[in-house]
Amino acid sequence: MEEIYSRLNGVFRDVFDDDSITVNESTTANDIEDWDSLNHITLIDAVESEFKVRFTMGEVSGMKNVGEMAQIIAQRM
Amino acid sequence: MPNFYPFDCAYITKKQKSIKRELLKDGAKRIEKKVAILGGSTTNGIADLLELFLLWQGIRPTFYQSEYNQYWQDAMFGSELREFKPDFIFIHTSNRNIAQYPDMSMKSGDVDLLLKSQTEYFTAMWDKLREDIGCPIIQNNMEMPYWRLLGNKDCADIHGRVSFVTRINQGFYEYAQSHDNFFIHDINYLSASLGLERWANPLYWNMYKYALAVPLIPEFAFSLSKIFASLLGRNKKVLALDLDNTLWGGVVGDDGAEGIAVGQEVPMGQAYCEFQEYLKAQKQLGVLLTVCSKNDEENAIAGLNHPDGVLRPRDFTLIKANWEPKSLNIEQTAKELNLLPESIVFVDDNPAEREIVKGTLPCEAPPMESIESYIQTLDKGGYFEVTNFSEDDLKRGEMYKQNAERAKMQSAFADYGEYLDSLEMKAEIADFSPINLARITQLTNKSNQFNLTTKRFTSAEMEQVYESSDYIRLCGRLEDKFGDNGIVSVVIGKKDGAALDIELWLMSCRVLKRDMELAMLDTLAEEAAGQGIEVLRGHYYPTAKNNMVKNLYGDFGFDKISEDNEGNTLWEYNIRGYQKKNRHIKVNG
Repeated sequence: MEEIYSRLNGVFRDVFDDDSITVNESTTANDIEDWDSLNHITLIDAVESEFKVRFTMGEVSGMKNVGEMAQIIAQRM
Repeated sequence: MPNFYPFDCAYITKKQKSIKRELLKDGAKRIEKKVAILGGSTTNGIADLLELFLLWQGIRPTFYQSEYNQYWQDAMFGSELREFKPDFIFIHTSNRNIAQYPDMSMKSGDVDLLLKSQTEYFTAMWDKLREDIGCPIIQNNMEMPYWRLLGNKDCADIHGRVSFVTRINQGFYEYAQSHDNFFIHDINYLSASLGLERWANPLYWNMYKYALAVPLIPEFAFSLSKIFASLLGRNKKVLALDLDNTLWGGVVGDDGAEGIAVGQEVPMGQAYCEFQEYLKAQKQLGVLLTVCSKNDEENAIAGLNHPDGVLRPRDFTLIKANWEPKSLNIEQTAKELNLLPESIVFVDDNPAEREIVKGTLPCEAPPMESIESYIQTLDKGGYFEVTNFSEDDLKRGEMYKQNAERAKMQSAFADYGEYLDSLEMKAEIADFSPINLARITQLTNKSNQFNLTTKRFTSAEMEQVYESSDYIRLCGRLEDKFGDNGIVSVVIGKKDGAALDIELWLMSCRVLKRDMELAMLDTLAEEAAGQGIEVLRGHYYPTAKNNMVKNLYGDFGFDKISEDNEGNTLWEYNIRGYQKKNRHIKVNG
């Protein structure tokens, strides 16, 4: 799980172009200033590429925070 | 900075913000253009990636995006769009925007009517945009549906969606064929090439209203950017080709001409033949082919004369076969052709050679990994994207070759003037005419070096200049005993009372040092005086590329009036009692 978070962190920093970002399981869009709907799509795509997974539509719509995202990734790996 | 081409889609998507930052850091002057994106689906992510690929190619866009799926309303009535005054309009529609498909109960006549109404929905919009705005329009065609109710029959039955989309596309192409300044962005081919299943993944439509899968947007934006780049004169001009294991299999110096693989007998030879055929076809489009090979020239020529090969020594504008570093040979090639190194694509199977050339010169050198992928690698690079095609393109290789012959002759004369006289040059210098407007526009968008203001014109803008009486326009064609160079120089001056502001002065570098610029000046002065002008006012705006004409007006005898801290200079010349300057070219006779 730790490894997943560290890789997620890298993706977040790249997508938002901000090296000060550190995510944890409770991080949501409210915590990151640039996390709007457009960047959200880029983020999902970048996470999918990073972990070589594809989220289903249900998963994408249901994710409430970074913790849930990490859970889904952990199940797939 | 990642590669411009080939690129890694995932990397570019993820890193787009920092890539943009890096690109803008170079401080280079880019062509600024206003681009309106009219979308039938979400366009934000598309604009972002398009911006990256345009910045990479020296173009800096500012965007207008219509509200979600408001493309048609915006095109027909949008006042904000009209106030934006776009230089380009891109209409991002897809088969998701087809309002109605045939159903099985329809008779053939009903399907025809439906097709007509669907097609006219688009043509009415294009007509309106052409009338109101008049800038180039880039329109997606339709990708194929991702499911087929009738299975294989869907393509041949008039009720099939595949059939219907195919017919709509045909209507789009007919419009493109009969209207200039209208360009198809072929997403039908692109989606097929990348795989329709990936492209049309409905998740991206249902979740975000994207008409294509988000991971493929970089591919989409790259493909689209090539049309812009081509229209703005950013195409490459030369393919500089290695020989051994690039144009044939094996090493001609070791294996002898009879030992190299080219020709129909063996699979390897066939593949090299196909590559040579591809290059020959490029040459017919006006791409210059040159050789850049570490070989004795004699062996190189022997290889190119292989009876089963397709390319012959005469297909190459020049041949550099020697043992000098390739970067030096490429630099020399650029110099001899009067082109910038960045207009050369270096094609070599050896990664080390590619790295050295890329490291020393601003050349593209795509990875030629294995002969079976050579054509695809070059083709997908879009280096020579064709948007407007002029007669001169067909003859370009020939013209550059004649130049090489002239250069040879030059050394035989003691005096340069004597050499110029020996060329028996004849020029025709006159106002524009409808028949040469396309070539003139093309020149204004291609010329970088001998270009005082680097002002770019779209076809529509050029037409306005052509129709207005506020301008004095000249285009010059130069012919000599070696052949016709075609239209090589363009001057546009805007009348301002008794002064003429020279907004554009350019010349093709293939006629440098022939005194053509003097002949142009003579005619300009004569024409201007005839229209009551007393003063010619010249402007020079420096770019990274036009240093060679920094002092052109000074050399003509203009007085420098001012210079700002960016190096922009203003010049004036009183033409009363003008004395002709050209001595070596016979003009309009």
